[in-house]
Amino acid sequence: MSGSGPGVADFGARLSFDRGEPGRRAVDVPSWAGEEAPLPDDRLLRESVRLPELSQGGLVRYYTALSARNYGIDSGTYPLGSCTMKYNPKVNDTVASLFGFARAHPQAPAEDVQGTLRIQLELGNGLGELTGLPNVSLAPAAGAHGELAGVFMVARALEDRGELETRRRILVPDSAHGTNPATAAMAGFKVTQIPTGADGSLDRATIQRELDETVAAVMVTAPNTLGLWERGIEEVAGLIHDAGGYLYGDGANFNAIMGRVRFGDLGFDVVHLNLHKSFSTPHGGGGPGAGPVLCSEELAPYLPTPVVEEDDDGLVRLVAPERSIGRLQQFQGNAAVLVRAYAYMRALGLDGLRAASGQAVLNANYVRALLHGHYDLPYDRPVLHEVVFSGSRQRRELGVRTYDIAKRLIDHGFHPPTVYFPLIVEEALMIEPTESEPPEAIEALVEALISVAKEAESDPDTLHHAPWTAPIGRLDEATAARRPVLRWQEDSE
Amino acid sequence: MSSRSSGSPHPYIPATGADRARMLERIGAPDVGALFADLPAAMRDPAIHLPPALPEPELIALMEELAGANADPWRPDFLGAGAYRRSIPVITAFLIGRSEFATSYTPYQPEISQGTLQAAFEYQSVVCELTGMDVSNAGLYDVASATAEACLLAARVTKRRIVALLEPIHPGTVEVVRAYARGAGLRVDTVPSPEAIGEEHACLVAQQPDFLGTIVDLEPLAAAAHGVGALFVAVADPFALGLLRAPGDAGADIVTGEGRDLAGPPNYGGPSLGLFAARTKYLRQMPGRIVGRTRELADGNGRGEERTGYVLTLQAREQFIRRERATSNVSTAQALIAVAFTITVQALGPNGMRESAVLCYQRAHDAASRIAALPGYETPERGPWFQEFLVRGPIPAAELAARLAARGIGAGLDVSARPEPEARDALLFAVTEATPEAHVDALIGALAEIGGEA
Amino acid sequence: MKADYEVPDNLLYTDEHEWLRRDEENPDQATIGITDFAQDNVGDVVYLELPPEGDSVSAGETCGEIESAKTVSDLYAPVDGVVVATNGDLEDQPELVNDSPYGDGWMIRVRMADAAQLDDLLDASAYRALIEEH
Ligand SMILES: Cc1ncc(COP(=O)(O)O)c(C=O)c1O
Repeated sequence: MSGSGPGVADFGARLSFDRGEPGRRAVDVPSWAGEEAPLPDDRLLRESVRLPELSQGGLVRYYTALSARNYGIDSGTYPLGSCTMKYNPKVNDTVASLFGFARAHPQAPAEDVQGTLRIQLELGNGLGELTGLPNVSLAPAAGAHGELAGVFMVARALEDRGELETRRRILVPDSAHGTNPATAAMAGFKVTQIPTGADGSLDRATIQRELDETVAAVMVTAPNTLGLWERGIEEVAGLIHDAGGYLYGDGANFNAIMGRVRFGDLGFDVVHLNLHKSFSTPHGGGGPGAGPVLCSEELAPYLPTPVVEEDDDGLVRLVAPERSIGRLQQFQGNAAVLVRAYAYMRALGLDGLRAASGQAVLNANYVRALLHGHYDLPYDRPVLHEVVFSGSRQRRELGVRTYDIAKRLIDHGFHPPTVYFPLIVEEALMIEPTESEPPEAIEALVEALISVAKEAESDPDTLHHAPWTAPIGRLDEATAARRPVLRWQEDSE
Repeated sequence: MSSRSSGSPHPYIPATGADRARMLERIGAPDVGALFADLPAAMRDPAIHLPPALPEPELIALMEELAGANADPWRPDFLGAGAYRRSIPVITAFLIGRSEFATSYTPYQPEISQGTLQAAFEYQSVVCELTGMDVSNAGLYDVASATAEACLLAARVTKRRIVALLEPIHPGTVEVVRAYARGAGLRVDTVPSPEAIGEEHACLVAQQPDFLGTIVDLEPLAAAAHGVGALFVAVADPFALGLLRAPGDAGADIVTGEGRDLAGPPNYGGPSLGLFAARTKYLRQMPGRIVGRTRELADGNGRGEERTGYVLTLQAREQFIRRERATSNVSTAQALIAVAFTITVQALGPNGMRESAVLCYQRAHDAASRIAALPGYETPERGPWFQEFLVRGPIPAAELAARLAARGIGAGLDVSARPEPEARDALLFAVTEATPEAHVDALIGALAEIGGEA
Repeated sequence: MKADYEVPDNLLYTDEHEWLRRDEENPDQATIGITDFAQDNVGDVVYLELPPEGDSVSAGETCGEIESAKTVSDLYAPVDGVVVATNGDLEDQPELVNDSPYGDGWMIRVRMADAAQLDDLLDASAYRALIEEH
């Protein structure tokens, strides 16, 4: 085999483990010149660890080649619905890596981390202003972690009301993200699924019928995963409260409404936000993120530990709320992600955030207008941050699946939209352009989608075998799951 | 030339006023506000108070000032207790800074995500090698939440309702396990010894090295757990595993750990990285993403080469498929931090991992013996230890810490309230391979001075 | 484009797309699997969780799970009974369910508690009508 770059045939067959030579090294470890203490008993020690031995340049080349086999927002349009793949400002990374922040130790006394804590305080205050729910814990590490916090808080509040034994159900719309029902179950609740009405909103009649003294909460994604506003959610909030339950808000789609309407004003009791989405922090190939949880006065005593507070003499501290559900991670969350989110908030200010939500919504509606007629649109209403088309006509009439359409889009240089979510839309194509795409990029994306739709008619086979130009073709996912190979083995090459 | 008002509203938002006008016309909406017509009119565009927007240079100046409000990042500091400053090769930050890694998301489209996927496969391989386990997931939030997930897994497979945590274990881990266990309706016992567990326990969880720094012989603990039909969960520091016996070799069923310290600086605790590895028989019960190796489909694109590639696999465990019956709700985790962890471990390699662990051990033992030699100080031991040690001085622990702080030195964590007799009046100091010798000298000097004052 | 699904005449079917074949030699026993239509809809089967021998199953209740690369589906018992055999080959070769849904891809054999329950199942023509609706 010649060369080691990303274009090499069967690049993936050779892991770092297969690339080194015994005796090479990428870094030197200084030797200890002082007095040697005896090592512990052999039975407590190991002989060696099997790891690759690469030179520094070799390791850098290998991971650089890997990065070349990846697509990020900096590579191009990434309209992955529900994920808000917007531009990640570089200044956020720069400021987060300032040594004062980066080298701060999580056990440091408050006096030693006033800069970090001041940021968290002001970020929390800003999120409180934007959501109308002033009580916040920034500790959760991602959206699902924030959900867990929120639902645990509901459980704890019900326990204090003496109703946890009876309120065993959480109502979750059938359009919800999988983390919602999974979270409810982790908190010990039973999930009752609420159907989506023909207009794409929650079916009000079902909610009214289901709401009783066994309901702990209703989890609502606002705007929902169809990109639509839950019309009348403020009235539903009243119904839920009258029935003694709480309204949980999945704020993953906050990008659509930043500065335009507030969860607290609408009657939500507790929400989580995804700062890696709405507040532009890099998604990292699947994290790290941050999923702050915000709530009403009633639920504030239950917030996870820690929350940030400023005391009378201006010292910012971490405290445990009075009836806290406890910690959900060892320290205080993904602090460096919070620094980035704060930098984003400060770079935009209120006008900038409003401009962002406005443009995000305008862009999604622009996609909707341009693509109308080329794919089915099961919920044909003006949208907020994203629009969900369906490839069901292509499937039915042409035997082309949304899966194939997504793969073909790769050949046009785009990251495909989210597919097969939400589950209530057959062959779903969920497109979220975000505010950071210029109109010409949106037009190019739509043109590509239209050309793929045409190709589905003229030459479906080209779609069935797409992508043709990616670093690798379609992979055998069935065999991967049937006979899992999950780690390097000596003879696996 | 376009004026500011008709240009784009912000450097991050490209559409200009003219763009917007054209797009609105195409949509058939009079203005952007009209797109929000579904929102309740009475609640729209509320008064919101945020600090003013800052242009980039001012933003940087503000952030520099705030970073400066933290303690001097280069002063001597001996905090550990779950987070350790390590010598990280510079290539780690450099490589994860590549935006193809950093600005991508969950690799749902494997054809254009081989970088993230293959790197995750490298990560799983490294974690298996270090822990001595069969399988690893692609990482969870942090060590404590990973340990909580391990307890939930143990309860599911044993159908038992109580989990046992062996003291001394990180108090943060205890708190997190308690929070998760409460949701699942499980009881949590913290136990002083493995004899305290019985057939009602789903698992025994032990930390390696333990919270007070002692190296634990895991084998008898695993035997005790297995003797009552419980799983044995080891919470191991992956850095120490360069030197210490692999927990899998000692009989662990699940190994969790914290990967942050090998990925980069402490960052006030996060981003963290929860390691989670297990025996193959628990594979389908594992939480989180898992990456598998496979080949191109023979008819994938007609080339018929069947090259090797990587995909997310065993996804039927996960929330987006199994919803309320998923093994966990986790979705976004800490993927980029897992890549950083992997690069550091691979840069160190088999020799470097051991050499750094030994260097860490020697530096820490040297510092401890210098402290123990000072009049008025002792370093009570509970057995062999790795990088953390207890220091009892001539004055109460809190006061000792305060006087060190006054001299510009960060003391070890005050553990004087703990029940272990050795921890009475003590601070827990960490010295690692990355602690400069000059910092140790400064500490010794300061302790001697304080001892002289006492 | 509708695929032509195989629906053998000599089997009984459920609304949940299981088939049942009554054993000729032991008429109180029956073999159970999922239909061609079902295997095509779930896609590449990658793993099965089947009830072990000796487990009781009840008509209409879940007794196992079928995982494909992208979904999980429940396996429902067509009748009450006790499991007398499970198809061990599926452990290593779950693809048999896709390749041979009515043959090597069978899932469990049960001793039926009440053969009269067979009257509640669909015959081939009724099942064909059911999948036509999809
Ligand atoms: C609507 C919705 N809710 C919740 C989540 C979960 O967030 P996270 O992946 O950060 O855990 C996501 C994204 O994954 C989402 O799109």
